Amino acid sequence: MPLDPAFVGRSYPAAGTYLVGREKVREFATAIGERHPYCHDVEAARAGGYADVVAPVTFAIAVSAQSLAEVFADRELGLDFSRVVHGDQSFAYARPLVAGDEIRVTTTIDSIRSVAGNEVLGLSTELVTVAGEAVCRTSATMVVRGPEAS
Amino acid sequence: MSHPEAVEVGDALPARTFPVTRADLVRYAGASGDFNVIHWNERVAREVGLPDVIAHGMLTMALVGRAVSEWARDPTAVSDFSVRFTRPVVVPDDEVGATLEVGGTVSAVDPEAGTARIDLVASSGGVTVLGRARATVRLPRP
Repeated sequence: MPLDPAFVGRSYPAAGTYLVGREKVREFATAIGERHPYCHDVEAARAGGYADVVAPVTFAIAVSAQSLAEVFADRELGLDFSRVVHGDQSFAYARPLVAGDEIRVTTTIDSIRSVAGNEVLGLSTELVTVAGEAVCRTSATMVVRGPEAS
Repeated sequence: MSHPEAVEVGDALPARTFPVTRADLVRYAGASGDFNVIHWNERVAREVGLPDVIAHGMLTMALVGRAVSEWARDPTAVSDFSVRFTRPVVVPDDEVGATLEVGGTVSAVDPEAGTARIDLVASSGGVTVLGRARATVRLPRP
């Protein structure tokens, strides 16, 4: 079933907020081999001008996942998750994410296109603190492989 | 090889090599919350037409990001970062795993903003795995 272009512009706010945790930042940094003291050592991060440990640049994907999950769960949209491939990904930061940030995430469907038998879904996710400060925008395309594509 | 203090267009970042093992995939799955089965279960990976378990695209992107932020010597220096996933990084079930090779070139410098744009390349097993990989980096003040 092709995706309905009428869904372009639809927004999916995550139900709750995402609290960036100090140990989650350390765990994520360790998992990608990032050893910089800003990502592990609170005192080093504070000396660098940050309130707490700083998240690596791709950490925002874990935050964005809260509202991306809402898109995948939308039965009306009808994404077949088993056929979805991550096409591209970008991050644009106003400032780094820091442990203690409480973030609201909303994903918007920017585009739905048909390319070579596949459906290509363009998504953007805004990460905004509960105080209203825009911190990061992540964008992704998800390719839904058509039945003919292997 | 360049140093971020005196960056010019055309400067190359140091070439980096990152090993990616099955254990790395498990650790990344837990840290990121991405438990997609194709990143840890060979049977399911083959069922959906993959040659073997593949790395999370976002892990590949994170390692490429490290090549940039470690060159800049500051994990907060990268403000913009984008990639296209063109080929999977296939991770065999052995002690060696896969190897990700990352390179980068300074493609633009904005002295007023104090930023540089880096064009990045990444390959594994001789196959390019990312396209259009770019980062914008805040340069240290001289």
